Amino acid sequence: MFYLIQLLNAVQYGLLLFLLSSGLTLIFGIMGVINLAHGSFYMVGAYLTYWLSKMTGSLWFAIPIGTAIAFAIGLLLETTIIRRLYRRDHLYQVLLTFGLILVFEELRSIFFGDEVHGVAVPEVLNFSIPLTETLSYPVYRLFITAVCLAIAALLYFVIHKTRAGMMIRAGNSNPEMASALGVNIPLLFAAVFAVGIALAAFAGAIAAPVTSVAPGMGNQVLIVCLVVVVIGGIGSINGAMIASLLIGLADTLGKILAPEYSGVAVYLLMAAILLWRPQGLGNKS
Amino acid sequence: MTHLSLPTWLLLGVALLLALLPLGATTFYLQLGAKIMIMAIFALSLDLLIGHSGLVSFGHAAYFGVAAYALALITPKYEAANFWLTLPAAVAAAALAALVIGFLVVRTAGIYFIMVTLAFAQMLYAIFHDTKLGGGSDGIYINVRPELTVAGFKVLNLESPAQFFYLALIALITVYWILNRLLHAPFGRALAGIRVNEQRMRSMGFPVFSYKLGAFTLAGGLAGLAGYLAACQFGFVNPEILAWHQSGTVLMMVILGGMGRLHGAVIGAAAYVLLQELFSSSALFGGYSKHWQLSMGTLIVIIVLAFPHGIGGLIDVAWRRRGYHGGEEDSPQSAQRSQRSDAEDSESDDLTAKDAKNPK
Repeated sequence: MFYLIQLLNAVQYGLLLFLLSSGLTLIFGIMGVINLAHGSFYMVGAYLTYWLSKMTGSLWFAIPIGTAIAFAIGLLLETTIIRRLYRRDHLYQVLLTFGLILVFEELRSIFFGDEVHGVAVPEVLNFSIPLTETLSYPVYRLFITAVCLAIAALLYFVIHKTRAGMMIRAGNSNPEMASALGVNIPLLFAAVFAVGIALAAFAGAIAAPVTSVAPGMGNQVLIVCLVVVVIGGIGSINGAMIASLLIGLADTLGKILAPEYSGVAVYLLMAAILLWRPQGLGNKS
Repeated sequence: MTHLSLPTWLLLGVALLLALLPLGATTFYLQLGAKIMIMAIFALSLDLLIGHSGLVSFGHAAYFGVAAYALALITPKYEAANFWLTLPAAVAAAALAALVIGFLVVRTAGIYFIMVTLAFAQMLYAIFHDTKLGGGSDGIYINVRPELTVAGFKVLNLESPAQFFYLALIALITVYWILNRLLHAPFGRALAGIRVNEQRMRSMGFPVFSYKLGAFTLAGGLAGLAGYLAACQFGFVNPEILAWHQSGTVLMMVILGGMGRLHGAVIGAAAYVLLQELFSSSALFGGYSKHWQLSMGTLIVIIVLAFPHGIGGLIDVAWRRRGYHGGEEDSPQSAQRSQRSDAEDSESDDLTAKDAKNPK
């Protein structure tokens, strides 16, 4: 039973990572931009949810409004700044988005302070399913898992079955050719960037009740997402899914077996994959 | 020494002036000066990778931090450690870390390389942060600074700000000289070749992997030297010195000064440290001085968008307008970019025009 709970936690964490890293890997794959500020939007989503749920009194309002605001910020950011980076070297993309992280962190500090906040789990989902006499599992975590799965399915459907998804796949494999064939590349890029940002913010928003809303939360999660993208292969949504779940498992296993070194487990997994398949799990060599 | 460019001579002049500084400056300025020189060594070591080998490492703070921790762990609690023993040990530890990590990361390129260097640096951060090895998140204090003796005679007293300043100056000049020689030696030319066209170098029979790994290890060792000196100066180490903020900071220094130029790294380090002092001065920024990273972050964004060649680039442009040619080579990023750039590229200053004339 103990292991079942850990497995459920691993899957929930992995799916959350997938929401974050799917946007990141698409932005890498399609636009060739390395966006370090991606993690900041996880933080933005969580803080907006904390603030909005205090204002409106309901998480059900806070999550969609927060995600919508993040989408708008993403659109604004793409059109004003990120767009000018597409032709530049990765070095400058790294540096600029690093600067953005500093800006977001300080704005967070100015507007929300440096304290750790908590968001209440909504009444409807605030109970646990008893598994044995002593162990039980909180329903809200199952809810997160279910929502993430639904979004993953939706992403899969959009990318593989719709016209917009066809454009995304075309842009992913060859942006110049897609542009020549009449795909509106600036619009596509802006949309993909904003959707990626909105997914990251949504992940932060939905996870806010189970994690604390704290300074630096975006940076921690960003590094793990980068590892997911490396393991899964750049631009590969399927790879990101496998890698997210693998990392969820590795992290949970690490925490059980060697708590002090649990932070290392994820990186060891990455090193192993690098030696075995440098191009990532989802990409063909 | 004929290949020393004018900026290098200028720097030598500055170094001479600096050597005289301790005669008149207060402790605050001596410490600030030493900090700038230590960060300059750190930035130089990164420039060897970014500017001269085309390896964009975003985890360079790891090696800086490993050496700092090495000193902290070797130093006995209440006695001074031996400088001649701890310095090589710390630098070797950093170089070894770079060798092991380099062995894994050098086989990747582009975005992967950036992410993987960052991830491994964070792994080291996690080790020092989560385990008891280096005192956890609180770090370790180095109560007594290392003792620099020659044949039982104390040459430099590192507790004295003025004498520490000299040590940092000597270290900086040595590193600058070594790198300057190295980059003009066959090793440096091969690195430049790999940076510009790796395939061609490979087909010409150069062991590209070994060259890259060598550069990565050397850069790690030099970053270790900077980390050792920083640990000496501040008297404590904590995991933050190998966190990714530090890697971002040193990257910023290299870009700020203009990469691919050794003097650029030094200028960038000085500019960054002084800007940080400026932005965090409460006299100028009042309550916002505590949020100095907001000003710094905004400045980074502006620099990347508006001044792609950094301060060093501006100096070069100004110098070239006065009819001076030669000296430093093309900056690598414009060489790579010029293949893909077209008329609407925003990098429309003199440097791009010059690069367009000698396509690689």
